[in-house]
Formats: sequence, structure tokens, C-alpha cells
Amino acid sequence: MLHLGHLQQQTQPAAGETDWPACFRQLADSTRDDRLRRYYARGMVTGDTLLSATPLMALDLETTGLDPVRDGIVSIGLVPMQVDRIFASRARHWLLKPRVALAEESVTIHGITDAQLDNAPDLTEVLDEVLQYMAGHVVVVHCSAIERGFLNGALRPRLGEGIEFPTIDTMELEARFHRKKRPGLITRLLGHKQPSIRLAACRNRYGLPRYRPHHALTDALACAELLQAQIAYRFSPDTPVKVLWS
Amino acid sequence: MQDEQLEILDFLRRYPPFSELPEETLRRVASSVDVRYFRAGSRIVEFGEPALAWHVVRSGAVEIFRRNGMLYNRLTAGGYFGEFGLLHRKRVRFPAAALEDTLLYLIPEPVFTDLFENNEQFADLVEIEDRTRLRHVVSRRADANQLMSATVEVLINRAPVTLGCEATAVDAARRMTDDGVSSLLIMDAAGSADEPPRMAGILTDRDLRVRLLSQRLGHDTPVSEIMSSGLVWVEHNQLVFEAMLQMLRHNVHHLPVLRNHRPIGVIALSDIIRYESRNSLFVVSSIFRQQGVDELAALTTDVRACFSRMVTEDASSRMIGSAMAVIGRSFKQRLLELAEERLGPPPVPYCFLALGSMARQEQLIVTDQDNALVLDNSFDPARHDDYFRNLAAFVCDGLARCGYSYCSGDVMATNTRWRQPLRKWEACFTEWIERPTPQSLLDSAIFFDLDGVWGKTEWIDGLRSLITRRAKGSSRFLACMARNALLRTPPLGFFKDFVVESDGRHTRAINLKRRGTAPLADLIRVHALAVGSVALNSFERLRDIIDADILPRGRGQDLHDALEFVSMVRIRNQAEDLAAGNTPDNSIEPESLSEFERKSLRDAFMILGNAQKYLKFRYQPGRAG
Repeated sequence: MLHLGHLQQQTQPAAGETDWPACFRQLADSTRDDRLRRYYARGMVTGDTLLSATPLMALDLETTGLDPVRDGIVSIGLVPMQVDRIFASRARHWLLKPRVALAEESVTIHGITDAQLDNAPDLTEVLDEVLQYMAGHVVVVHCSAIERGFLNGALRPRLGEGIEFPTIDTMELEARFHRKKRPGLITRLLGHKQPSIRLAACRNRYGLPRYRPHHALTDALACAELLQAQIAYRFSPDTPVKVLWS
Repeated sequence: MQDEQLEILDFLRRYPPFSELPEETLRRVASSVDVRYFRAGSRIVEFGEPALAWHVVRSGAVEIFRRNGMLYNRLTAGGYFGEFGLLHRKRVRFPAAALEDTLLYLIPEPVFTDLFENNEQFADLVEIEDRTRLRHVVSRRADANQLMSATVEVLINRAPVTLGCEATAVDAARRMTDDGVSSLLIMDAAGSADEPPRMAGILTDRDLRVRLLSQRLGHDTPVSEIMSSGLVWVEHNQLVFEAMLQMLRHNVHHLPVLRNHRPIGVIALSDIIRYESRNSLFVVSSIFRQQGVDELAALTTDVRACFSRMVTEDASSRMIGSAMAVIGRSFKQRLLELAEERLGPPPVPYCFLALGSMARQEQLIVTDQDNALVLDNSFDPARHDDYFRNLAAFVCDGLARCGYSYCSGDVMATNTRWRQPLRKWEACFTEWIERPTPQSLLDSAIFFDLDGVWGKTEWIDGLRSLITRRAKGSSRFLACMARNALLRTPPLGFFKDFVVESDGRHTRAINLKRRGTAPLADLIRVHALAVGSVALNSFERLRDIIDADILPRGRGQDLHDALEFVSMVRIRNQAEDLAAGNTPDNSIEPESLSEFERKSLRDAFMILGNAQKYLKFRYQPGRAG
């Protein structure tokens, strides 16, 4: 997934107190789509649930471009995990045929071509499967604003509504430790750069290896590993999930 | 398959044993991998907990411990651990901890077990017992080395031509001419019908010339009077090169080959020369042709070339060690001949000794001279020592010029202490064995590897049998020797570009003699003395030790493999130094070792470490005081 500088400002850690189980119950009642209903009906853990008891699901999307409204999703990668194990063996990957044509620049990034997508399904065909795989898990992403934006951007035209769920955002977690304060004027004038919170830079800080980016499965795995490292260094398996999610 | 984790697949593909797997299997394994991150300093698995997965290090560094907390190994990317527990009772055997931030791939137990059971190559590579793996390595090398490991049988092209001992010289000459041979085996008359005739001696055309014609003996002289009867022979299954050494040692050109005590043929020096056209023989023969120290010193390059050639030809460490020892021995012999020419005949008989690696026939290209003089009991220092001091100085200086540096411990014939009459040597050995202290034996281990090079070599047989007889039953002596054999220990292994010591410290290089072959030879010597072996060569000593059955099953073979492998790495390293124009030494930097050599060396170090523990247990060096 691409991560844009201007979107980084949108992350708001204050949303951690949402009562997600109640929220899911409401959404299950109010949604007009059966697939979303089944998803919400599987429920969500409470914010007090310890990380060690929370089922997690690392998610990454590859897209045709940078605009969540205009551009579409070309692949979804999901890797289930828990605090002490990443179930790479149960990872899932879907190629999708977007409703917009593939832009040349995006092809050079994720390497997925029109030919590969010729026989790929539309999101609606696999949606039930994807949602059922995600159901009951807290989603883990690097930069949730983008992933949420694209999911909603894809679902609204297809279902007439978007989707809501809590996410643990590894980029936002990293920003908490490295971008606590707005840098002072002098720092900015002197051109001191803030530490990068891009996925590869974050991983590097925790001694994680360099991966080839922009494959939805690899990026989801990379994000899952980063979360384990962040928990090992900054939190503990006994931290309630509400401290991390939003 | 769409759901494949490419990073995992690509990573595994780069490292053995995965790199050896068929693509289909590799993909199956990669898709079974789960992942876990460990922060530096955190524990990964504990002793006794259920072993559920095989661990592969994706990044970072992991330390593996023994149950008692001692460091066992240190691993980086591509390293793996946990196989021992998976294959034995499914419990963790070796606890592990993250030394750096570490990412681990976990391969579930059923996948590992399936691979291990259905893929032989995989099983060989991860085989839990280090010693087994080394066995494969050493035996694979031996297979590749058919030519050099040929036995003398390949040289036999006809049945031996024999003659009864009652025959005459004329009969012998006719027989040799008729059959076109240069030697005859002379047989005793059969004792009885069911007892085959025994070989009584060998007669060569040289004997006819030297012992018959030049002595003006009659043509009807019985062959028994002109044959050589102090018979030297080889067994049919000995190596060609061993036959060659026999000839050099005894200065004979024909050797009967025996099977079940019966001669099956005769091999001549020329057969061997034809067979092995390029080898140490030529260096040896040119040593004996040189007329002075300067000329001898000029042969150093030939010696080195011969060494390098043997390495390229894949000779075993034993062949190279023997060939280099024979060359060293020849230098000594020639220098002594030259010394006697210059100083005149010796006032009393003497024997010049080789000690240490030359006596053990484990000499390499970088070597000290370790030697001594045994003098006749009639030796009178006032009247005779001038001669022997000069003789010793001539030989030792000459050896130094020929590339055998002076012994740093001053174990040389130039040292008065090591230039003594036979009875003093006997007293000295008796003192060492009967009233040993670890201190008195500290520098004398080298004297227990002794061989006569020149002069009254039969005295040395006497000294050796004295040692063999007395050492065997002296538990205090053996305890002292064992204690000294434990002074030099192997390192734990390698980590990145460092050598890792057992206490976790790192060093840049390792001296493979001091930390490998020397302690191996030391501990083999203790066992050999304990079982009364008269052998000098460590491999031969091991054979006696194995026959005596004092080691746990299989351990003798392990020691053999470890010694062979460490020696070969040492040898190869010296050959590379020579090729690169550097001064060869015994020091090795880990970055010059392949992954395979590192692994095998580590296996060898483990074998040495375990063998030292066993030595401690068996000879109780703690009581040596």
C-alpha cells in the first residue's frame, strides 16, 4: 500500500474509547446488506480485552492509484495473527478486477497487470469470503486512513453503504513515540527532519528485515511483524486492546 | 497458488537445507511457516517445554544453551534449531534466547517430521548428531579420492615367482631370466603336506651382483646365503603410498604383498613410480643427491610444491602428513650424512631422534624442528661431547635453513639436556612415568612421540617398549598426561566473522593447530599409552584404541573424522597461503571459511570437547595434584 504524507495528519488516537461491541450490534441491525450483517453479527471484543486474548488480522490493499474515491482495489492480503504468533500459513490473498483501468504508474509499483486481472472477480463476488475471514478480528494496518478510505470507496458504490471496524494502526503507534510534539520553530528552521514512520523505516528500528514492498500479502506480513515488535518494546501482552486501537 | 508468502519462500530458497529441496516440497514447507518476533534479550524456548515447531532464524541472532546454562551455539540468518527436541520425545532439549532483535520462522512439527522421514538429503543435513554429519563429510571426501586411496593390489600384475631355498644362484638367475623378473621369493621347504611353504626371503638381481658376483662366490651357492631374509612386506589391503613409505624407510626396492600370510605378488619401486609419477618420492630422492646445506635449502620450493600438489590431488591429511614427515626425515638423514663427512665418524654410536609431529607422521609445511640425540652408554662428555655438539649444531642449523624453524621450547639436540646417553634417557622416561607431576610432564608430551631417524634406531624401539610397558599401568602418569591434554580446548564455533569461545567472547581468528589438531593428538596419545599401543601416528593409535574398546561406541571413528577434517582445513589453508605468496601459518579467519566448513569445523570442535570430557572422566586428572 502507498502511504501519503498528507494523510498521516488524519490519524486521531482519541477514538480509542468507542464501545465497539455495542457499535457492531447496532450496525448489524441497521445494515441493509446481508454480507455486512453477517460480518457485524460475529461481534467484536471489548476494549478491555487483553492483547494476548485478542484475535488480530493484518490487512493490506493494493490499489490502482492514490485517490480512495476514484481509484479501485486490485488486491487484498489478510494475515491472521495473535500477540505471540503470526499465522502466515493461513494468510489469504485475493486479486480483484477494479472498475477503473490500471494506471501505468501503479502497475510499476505493485507489478499487477491488466492481463493478470482479466479473470479476477469483482470485489462483490468475494466480499462475503473476505468479510467472514476478517470477522471477529481486530484489523491491523499501517496507516488505517488509507485502507479504510479505499474499502469504503469500493463498498459505497457497490452496496450503498460503507463499513466500520476498529483498527490498530502501526503507523499511528509509531507516531506516538516519535512525533509526540509538534517540532519547534527552530527545529524546523534548522531543517531537522522528524524520524520517518514509513513501514520500512519503522521495521528497521526494530531490527526487522527489509522486504520487497507493494505485494498485499508481504505488506500485511510486514505490518504484522511490526506490531509484534511494537508490543514487545512498547506494550505487553497484558495491555488492553483499547490502548492501541482506534 | 495465490496465497503464497513470497518473502518466506525466497528466503528459504537461499539457505541449506531448504535450497536442496525440490521446488514443490519447498513451496509446501514455505506455506506452512508461521512467524514470531523476539526482542533482544528475551527467551524463546525453555528446556522441557513441548517442542511444537522447528525454528529457522529469519533475521537477528539467537543463542542456544545447554541445560546447565552453558552456551552451545550462536546462530544468525539461515541458522536453525529445535530439531533435537522434535526428534527426541518432542520436548525442548536446548533452551534458546534472542541475542539481537530476532524474527523466527516456525515450521510445524508434522511438516518437519515428514521432511525428515521422506527426504534423505534433508535428514542428512539437519541430522541432530553433529558427529554423524561429520562422518558423511569425511567419507564423501574419501570416495572422491579413489586414486590416492588405491591399495597395493592394483600394482600386482602377476603371481609371485618363487623358488625353494635349496636352489642355487644359477637356478635363480635362470628363473629370473626365463620369467623376466627382477626378484624371486624364496620359500622354505613345506613342513608338512597341509602346511603351505613359508616365505623365507627375497632375492633380487642386485643381490646376485652385490652378494654373489662381487664376493666371488660360486654359481652353486644356495640362494638362502645370498637372499635378504629380514623380510619387509605389505599386506594386500595397504595403501600404495604406505608401500612407498615402507620402501623408503627400509631402503628396499621390492616388497612382497601378502594375503592371509601367503605372498600374492611382489611390487617394485618402479611400479610405484609409474603409478604415482608426481609425488614426494622425487623430492626425497633429490634430497639424498644434494651435496651441501645450500643445495638442500634450495629444495624448500620443491617441498612446498609437493605439498600443494598433494592438496590439489585431494590427498588425505594422513598421506600429506606422512609424506611431509618422510621428507623432513630425509633432510635430517642427509644432513647427518653430511655432518659425518665433515666431522669424521662418531666417537661412540648414537641415534638421532625425531619427536612430535614428525615422529607421528603428521607433519605439515609450517613446523618446528623437535629432535634429540641418544648416545651410547660409553659416552664420556669430556672426550665426546664436542663432536656431538658440533653434529647437533650442524643438523639443527641446516634444518632451520631448510624451513624447519628452531624449536621455541628448545627441544633440540643442541640442548645438552636432550643429548644424553641411552641409560639417562631410560632413567628420564622412567622418572616421568613413575613419579609424574603435571608440571614435569607439561613440556614432555612431545617425547612420547619419538622415532629413530639415523644411527642406532633399534635403541628407540627399546625406549618405546619401555614406555609402552610402564605407562599402561600407571594411573597417576595417565592422570597427569590427561590433565595436560585438557589445557587446550576448542572454541564453540563461529558467529558472523568471529570465532565464538565457550564463554561467549569473540575473537578474529583461530589457531587450528593449538585449538584443534594438537589437543586431538594429545588426547589420542593418552588413550594410546593407556592401551599399550606402540603406534605413533594418531590415526593408527586410534585404530589400536578402538580395538581395545575403551571408548564409547562410535567415538573412535568420530575422533578420526574430527582429526581428518580439522587437519584438512589446516592443510588447505596453508596451501592457499602458499598459492597467494603469503607465509603459511596455522591461523584461520572465519571469513575465509565456507558455510559448510564452519558447520563441519563446529561439529569437529564438539567431538573434541566431548572427548575431552570423557578423558577427564576416565583418567581422573583432578587427582593428579
